[in-house]
Amino acid sequence: MNTVIEAQRPKSPARAGNAVSRWARRNGLQIGTVGVALFIWLLFLIGAPRTFMSFDIYNALLITTPFFGIVAIPLTLVIITGEIDLSFGSLMAWGMTGFSVTYTLTQNFWLGFVACLLFGLLAGLINGLIVVKIGVPSLVATIGTQFFWAGAVLVVTNAQGIGLTFTQGSLLHAGLVGQLGGVLPMQFIWMILIAIVVWFLLNRTRFGAHVYLTGDNLDSARLMGVDVDRIKITVFAIVGLAAAFAGFVQSIQLLFFWPTMGQGNFLNTLAAVFLGGTSVFGGTGTIFGTFVASFIINAINPGIVAVGLTQYYTQVIYGFIIVISVALQALLRKRLT
Amino acid sequence: MDHVLQLKNVSKTFGEVAALHQVNFEVGTNEIVGLLGDNGAGKSTLVKIVTGYHQPDPGGEIYWKGERVAHLSVAKARDLGIEVVYQERALADQQSLWRNIFMGREISNRWGILDVNGMRSETDKLMNTAMGFTSAAVTSESTVKTFSGGERQGVAITRALYFKAELIVLDEPTMGLSISETKKCLDFVEGIKKAGKSAIFIDHNIFHVYPIADRIVVLDRGTVAGQFMKAQLTLEELISRLQRVAQTGVLDTSPQAMA
Repeated sequence: MNTVIEAQRPKSPARAGNAVSRWARRNGLQIGTVGVALFIWLLFLIGAPRTFMSFDIYNALLITTPFFGIVAIPLTLVIITGEIDLSFGSLMAWGMTGFSVTYTLTQNFWLGFVACLLFGLLAGLINGLIVVKIGVPSLVATIGTQFFWAGAVLVVTNAQGIGLTFTQGSLLHAGLVGQLGGVLPMQFIWMILIAIVVWFLLNRTRFGAHVYLTGDNLDSARLMGVDVDRIKITVFAIVGLAAAFAGFVQSIQLLFFWPTMGQGNFLNTLAAVFLGGTSVFGGTGTIFGTFVASFIINAINPGIVAVGLTQYYTQVIYGFIIVISVALQALLRKRLT
Repeated sequence: MDHVLQLKNVSKTFGEVAALHQVNFEVGTNEIVGLLGDNGAGKSTLVKIVTGYHQPDPGGEIYWKGERVAHLSVAKARDLGIEVVYQERALADQQSLWRNIFMGREISNRWGILDVNGMRSETDKLMNTAMGFTSAAVTSESTVKTFSGGERQGVAITRALYFKAELIVLDEPTMGLSISETKKCLDFVEGIKKAGKSAIFIDHNIFHVYPIADRIVVLDRGTVAGQFMKAQLTLEELISRLQRVAQTGVLDTSPQAMA
């Protein structure tokens, strides 16, 4: 039956099909991400039933995934515009440096929290300005700022951490890392809220429409009057802000700020964005994909240990996931053009 | 005849090179002007002056609907209603049709929140009328990378007309298109005429320009070598004349040569 229809319209076989297959095709990458999630979950469930049948592992995932998921979600915007930010790890610690300095001066942790966000926002803004106004490729620019801010953190803090036990019992602590109804970690709620806000920005606002256009076809976006410079600077600034927030959440959860914080978040954050189906070539990507992929990525480490492999495999798998995801995007792109 | 656009004595030199020399060029209201010329004849320089990317050398004048435009910038050209359709740079491939139609001119409220349903239904309307996409498989949500070359030109032209372009500049719109796709694309160019708007159709393929142009202007080495109302001569005559231009740089437009 289908072949007859396609024979009648030989020039557009891709258009034959019903609404369901069209929906499936349009959301193919997201369906794929959920498929990967189920597959890996099943694998771990079979390999280590004792771990993966208990609530503890899921509780741990809900607590720790937001540490990098909160960054991965806005990082998706940067990658959709066709750029990349590799400095987010350092910005997590740089934001906390802003907190340390401000708290030491004022003994007010609310003020410190605000300073943390401002430090991150400014550093992100600088990333954007270097890329857009000076014209340094973002890959190189943000490797540079990654080292710069990591170094700046050590210089300012003298490589000394700061304990955060004084925040215990405060509204800030309860609001960021407390538990909702005694079960759900607050940082998980924040990650959902951030995902919803960024989803709305990306899909339902002029700004988001321009993010997609900028990454898809820079020339045509510019010709049609999209302010691509402003869009790029804004997405870098948002990542800076989110990185500082994630750094704060992680620190207040652990009740200690380590000046080297964030350095370990490099691979998993990037892997989450790419596994989520966001194209490194720009123009496509979804917040839903990044959200789900963040949990997949975070489950891999405990999963590997639980099934009896050494933890060393984690890095191998993260690297593998990044290469495979991007390779798939490259192949898809080739097929479609 | 009313003119929508007039260029008078326009020259453009880049350093020592004169890309255009004392060019007089005009586009009438609701006229399709075919602009023919070899590579390096000055077609793209002329287009870039019309769209405001280049400023003509001092002495050259630009008139829009009879009024002198002192400094035609890109933004000014857009405001006047001059819209360019580039083949490669017109559309964002991976985005849906409605996002392409409203590219850079999204319908949104004052908070920047998109009216997605409004844009979808406007796009559906355009698909059924101007674009003539009747297949149920193509919706306003279809990504434009699945469209054929002619359809893509159609999307870009429809978009320009929807946003009230007065003069549409088509820069080699049929390049790389198959025969049937070229036909589709030319149909869309005819749609410009039907909509009462004007167009400059640049191509070096005379077979594409001839059927739909009202007037054909031939550029050669930076000057207007000649122009014809289509009614004045047949395709065969035009071809033989163009061969002479290539050899001598002079296009004989005298009535004797016409006969």
